[in-house]
Amino acid sequence: MNDGRILDIQGLKVHFATDDGMVRAVDGVDIGIDRGETVSVVGESGCGKTVTAMTILKLIAMPPGRIVAGRILWQGRDLVPMGPEQMRSIRAKEIGFVFQEPMTSLNPVYTVGSQIAEAIREHEGLSRRAALDHAAEMLRLVNIPNPSRRVHDYPHQFSGGMRQRVMIAMALSCSPKLLIADEPTTALDVTIQAQILDLLDEMKQRLGMAVLLITHAMGVVAETAQRVVVMYAGKVVEEAPVAALFARPRHPYTQGLIRSIPRLDMAATEHRRLEAIPGTVPSLLHPPAGCRFAARCRHAVEACRAEEPALRELGPGHKAACIRADEIA
Amino acid sequence: MTQYLVRRLIIAIPSLLGISVILFTVLALAPGDPFEELATNPAIPPDVRANLRASLGLDDPIHVRYLSWLLAMLRGEWGFSFVSRSPVADLILQRLPTTIAVIGAAQLLALAIALPVGIYAATRPYSIFDQIANTLAFVGFSLPTFFTGLLFILLFSIYLDWLPFVFRTQIDATGWRWWWEQLRQSIMPVLVLGLFQGAAWTRFVRSAVLDVIRLDHVTTARSKGISESAVTMRHVVRNAMIPVVTLVALQMPAVFGGAIVTEQIFRVPGIGSLLISAILANDTPVIMGVTFVFACLVVFFNLVADVLYGWLDPRISYR
Ligand SMILES: Nc1ncnc2c1ncn2[C@@H]1O[C@H](COP(=O)(O)OP(=O)(O)O)[C@@H](O)[C@H]1O
Ligand code: SF4
Ligand SMILES: [Mg+2]
Repeated sequence: MNDGRILDIQGLKVHFATDDGMVRAVDGVDIGIDRGETVSVVGESGCGKTVTAMTILKLIAMPPGRIVAGRILWQGRDLVPMGPEQMRSIRAKEIGFVFQEPMTSLNPVYTVGSQIAEAIREHEGLSRRAALDHAAEMLRLVNIPNPSRRVHDYPHQFSGGMRQRVMIAMALSCSPKLLIADEPTTALDVTIQAQILDLLDEMKQRLGMAVLLITHAMGVVAETAQRVVVMYAGKVVEEAPVAALFARPRHPYTQGLIRSIPRLDMAATEHRRLEAIPGTVPSLLHPPAGCRFAARCRHAVEACRAEEPALRELGPGHKAACIRADEIA
Repeated sequence: MTQYLVRRLIIAIPSLLGISVILFTVLALAPGDPFEELATNPAIPPDVRANLRASLGLDDPIHVRYLSWLLAMLRGEWGFSFVSRSPVADLILQRLPTTIAVIGAAQLLALAIALPVGIYAATRPYSIFDQIANTLAFVGFSLPTFFTGLLFILLFSIYLDWLPFVFRTQIDATGWRWWWEQLRQSIMPVLVLGLFQGAAWTRFVRSAVLDVIRLDHVTTARSKGISESAVTMRHVVRNAMIPVVTLVALQMPAVFGGAIVTEQIFRVPGIGSLLISAILANDTPVIMGVTFVFACLVVFFNLVADVLYGWLDPRISYR
């Protein structure tokens, strides 16, 4: 264990009780983030990224969700056994959260200013007036024109990209030490996506917080993160510094994700020939025995299905959970 | 906003006219004659009766009678009751306060039940509380008011003898005693009406709150570290009130309609029982007057619903 780690998730398991049975959404996940570091969690839709992120702040619905095992060490203190009151003092104040859907993540009946000010008033004990001034300051920080006027506008008066800026302003308004951004650009137009990623980068330069950036697009990872955690079907399958990951991805799933990044130097006709990974993420209701990726893996052998491959250290800070990692990359 | 309201009111005029035309025609074509009694009275010769009819304009064609009624209405003359000879406006004004007091108290009771119970149940879906509340609401909503009314009379008036079962207009008492008697005789009609509405609205409040509670912005609110009660009140209930308030306002005319039955059971001398007795006596001016009041209520509460809706939801703009 690393003492510099501001957040250290160890062996986290989050299951959901449903009518069909237990959904093992997160099934033994370790993620560590150092102070001021940007870590990216990548994986296709349905791999358990959102559940992992929301569990850190206990924002998943419990029930049906339940933290079955593991620890979430925040600056050395475990968040798992904490009661609701203690969690409240962590939310927004220590860890800010930006959600995937800017169109639905703001309350339509309040002005954006009052929604940002709500967090500030809660944690900084400012008056309504002072909190609203601070909210306008935050809007200026995220490059929204006319901030002192815009605080009085309602969410429907902002575009999707602008709303995501508002969400970022809100998440950063109490100067948290960690910002969790769950696919902050997935719902946006391509041009706006780049702007929001740039904004996140800029905020990080200025404020120095750590960032946990969740995404399903490998391309986003290359631009922003220092370290990458690849998740598949509720498990971490590979973890590495970003350069090492792109130079030599060790897990066939990571290799597949990297091969499917569209590149600017490709002709449009070539885009179609991008290798998407065949098949889909298995059901987390009854995950297959052995390696969960086996059904889609071009390197799968008999032994893969026998036993779940453990995450092994393959290089400095580089781990992968594949029994054939040494042969195939 | 003012412009919008004025436009809405102007739009309402044709519908009010339409309602009155239909009503007037139906009443004119309906069998029955306000002078039926005179016809069987041997002391009044038939030609006197005919003269009387002619002087009241009863023999004119329908459209002529309608026009003269309409012109009189526009001048603020609501006419006289065929039966009691009193001015229709006076009759209505005499009865209206009782109806409004009973209905108003019942609606307050209904809201006082539906809001807390519906909200509390929705924040704990499928808990014991929720299931009990749901069951009771379902039962309350399924029992017609005439049934619960009779049940209440049987229990509280006849069996226990706690409450009077006929509503008295004249109470020979003053000061505190008067209020006390008034309260005692209002309890059952208010309970019957209020519990019925409360049951219906509990179900509606619960489902409105449940609809909001799983929206993304509620998770956002929670991620800000505000208390769970602030999340519920500010971000769930406030949003859920948009459909609730609108529905309550839109339902008010129906509530008045439903109150007729309750007034009948408990003999409450309100506008509803006035309407019923007028219908039974073929008292056209009173029927027209009361129905016209009801129609105005519909238009008024539609407007109230619109205004409240825009006030609660900033996404609505009046253009
Ligand atoms: N409230 C819930 N009830 C049941 N299953 C859930 C719930 N929330 C998430 N899941 C399941 O958990 C799995 C992981 O979901 P999620 O974390 O949203 O994936 P990702 O963010 O990687 O796309 C999915 O299979 C999803 O169906
Ligand atoms: S363990 Fe086997 S199936 Fe799983 S990724 Fe490695 S090679 Fe493929
Ligand atoms: Mg997700």
